[in-house]
Amino acid sequence: MYRTPEGKEIFVVDGHTHFWDGSPENQANIHGKQFIECFYAYHTNLSPKEQLWAKAKFEKYTEADLYNDLFIDGPDDIAILNSTYLKDFYTNGFNTIERNHSVAKKYPNRFIVNGSFDPRDGEKALEYIHFMKETYDIKGVKMYTAEWNGASKGWKLNDPDAYKCFELCDKLGIKNIHVHKGPTIIPLNKDAFDVHDVDYAATDFQNLNWIVEHCGLPRLDDFCWIATQETNVFAGLAVALPFIHLKPRYFAEVIAELLFWIGPEKILFGSDYAIWTPKWLVEKLWAFQIPEDISSERAGVQLTDEIKEKILGLNAARLYNIDIKARKAEFSRNPMSIAAE
Amino acid sequence: MAAPSQPEDALLNQAPLNQVWARLDLVMDPELDEPVTDMGFIEAVSITDTHLQNTAIVHVSFRLPTYWCSPNFAFLMAGDIKRQIEVLPWVGQAVITLHDHMAAAEMNAAINSGASFGSVFEDLHPGEDLSALREKFDVKAFQRRQEVVIKALIAMGYLPNQIVTMPHSILETIRLPDAEDARQKARYLAILAQKPAPLASGLGFPTYQGTSIADYPHYMGLLRSVRINMEFSGSLCRGLKTSRYQEADLSGDVPVLVDFATTTPTHACR
Repeated sequence: MYRTPEGKEIFVVDGHTHFWDGSPENQANIHGKQFIECFYAYHTNLSPKEQLWAKAKFEKYTEADLYNDLFIDGPDDIAILNSTYLKDFYTNGFNTIERNHSVAKKYPNRFIVNGSFDPRDGEKALEYIHFMKETYDIKGVKMYTAEWNGASKGWKLNDPDAYKCFELCDKLGIKNIHVHKGPTIIPLNKDAFDVHDVDYAATDFQNLNWIVEHCGLPRLDDFCWIATQETNVFAGLAVALPFIHLKPRYFAEVIAELLFWIGPEKILFGSDYAIWTPKWLVEKLWAFQIPEDISSERAGVQLTDEIKEKILGLNAARLYNIDIKARKAEFSRNPMSIAAE
Repeated sequence: MAAPSQPEDALLNQAPLNQVWARLDLVMDPELDEPVTDMGFIEAVSITDTHLQNTAIVHVSFRLPTYWCSPNFAFLMAGDIKRQIEVLPWVGQAVITLHDHMAAAEMNAAINSGASFGSVFEDLHPGEDLSALREKFDVKAFQRRQEVVIKALIAMGYLPNQIVTMPHSILETIRLPDAEDARQKARYLAILAQKPAPLASGLGFPTYQGTSIADYPHYMGLLRSVRINMEFSGSLCRGLKTSRYQEADLSGDVPVLVDFATTTPTHACR
């Protein structure tokens, strides 16, 4: 729960968090080393100085760190833990569903664990989706279209094998498809982060919600075009939001574009923990206003308190059928503690 | 990129190392439209001088913000570096070395043997046509440079209808009071001069296709989104380049970044 300076309580759903192991012991090769180092560079580059972590902690933090940073020190009420396997880079995977589930079950109702699959595995991917639904009752998945798999350096959401997987997701009620579309780094073939495949997939699977992480940056215009046409395409703010500290005017331009094109109902807060922690992000977002000159170029869009509340939790709660009233009551009956350790 | 321009005589009277750096200033990161020297990508320059015209070997090593930077962008930059240096009359060969990159070995071999990108990276980038990629970035660079100048003129009191009809010859004569705006105007005029279609329009602010701007607000919206995307990549690249090889030191009251790179970039001593 985030308590605003005016004393208002804001329900926070953190749409994008991780519990990874990028430690040297788990790195399978140089790619694993370079992958976590790249994340660490994001962390050191965009975080306020007082929020910096030592590298060893960043590579592998504990369950207590995770819980504390999100729910005790941090303002989150519920966090969505995404799974990213990267088994070509990490011996035991980077943050597998097993690893995420092991921490989630210690803190009931605090985490929503999303699965992941690789459509290039064919039949095995379909079996794995069944397995994740039956074992963990997943409501969503995280898709990483740039992940390497043998000779393949990436795939597209509208590949035929991917469509078979999404048909199954639809059938099993796995409704939320988070798709990483981000900066032009990370292993990729040239189109692995292109956003146009979202357009096809979102049109063909109207029952599914397509949450585009990092709102497609640096292809924000393509993303806005698609998300404006498709009612089931959403913007995840991870990576865009931390610019609020280093380059607030830049963040203002991005959020103004999003509000102008896709509106306040389709933007989701995400800290991308542990690259960044939610406390400072939420505090800065709550205090933020779009400068007049930027707002005036976009039909006067504003970040009102009402809109911030939607971004911070209401929008994600809608996608994940979170009963905010019930959860609030439950969390106030069971004050947060780290006793479950 | 067009064939590199010939170096001016004034440059050729300078020390060889300065000549090399001056040529490097002309190489742009294609995605960002910023000089690779400004971005801090160049790690070291050295010259093996054989004291004979046309036989010196120039070694340039460079490093990108991350191990994962797109190989196609890296290949474009490496090729441009090589071409820009090899136009110097005393240079026999420029040898380019990219460090700490996922495809460094293949890239270095290809650049220095003159192999094409497609032949080396067929598995990573099937069917990739680098000239199409370069064209795409050229359009963005043109639009981004154009927006800066338009905004500067609007700030000076020019009206949109004056902007869209302004002849190229008039734009050339307008003096921008802000030094950075003036620098950006020179950059814009330089890229405009290289593009036959917009240049032929005779307009100061034609579209990349050479037509006049039909719907000013809509066009400015397009330029804005081009800038937002490029700034995202640009600030990440700058920041990640700074952060790479550094670790947070949390021992004192205020955390600082500690540089633990084993080699110090020599370009500080240029």
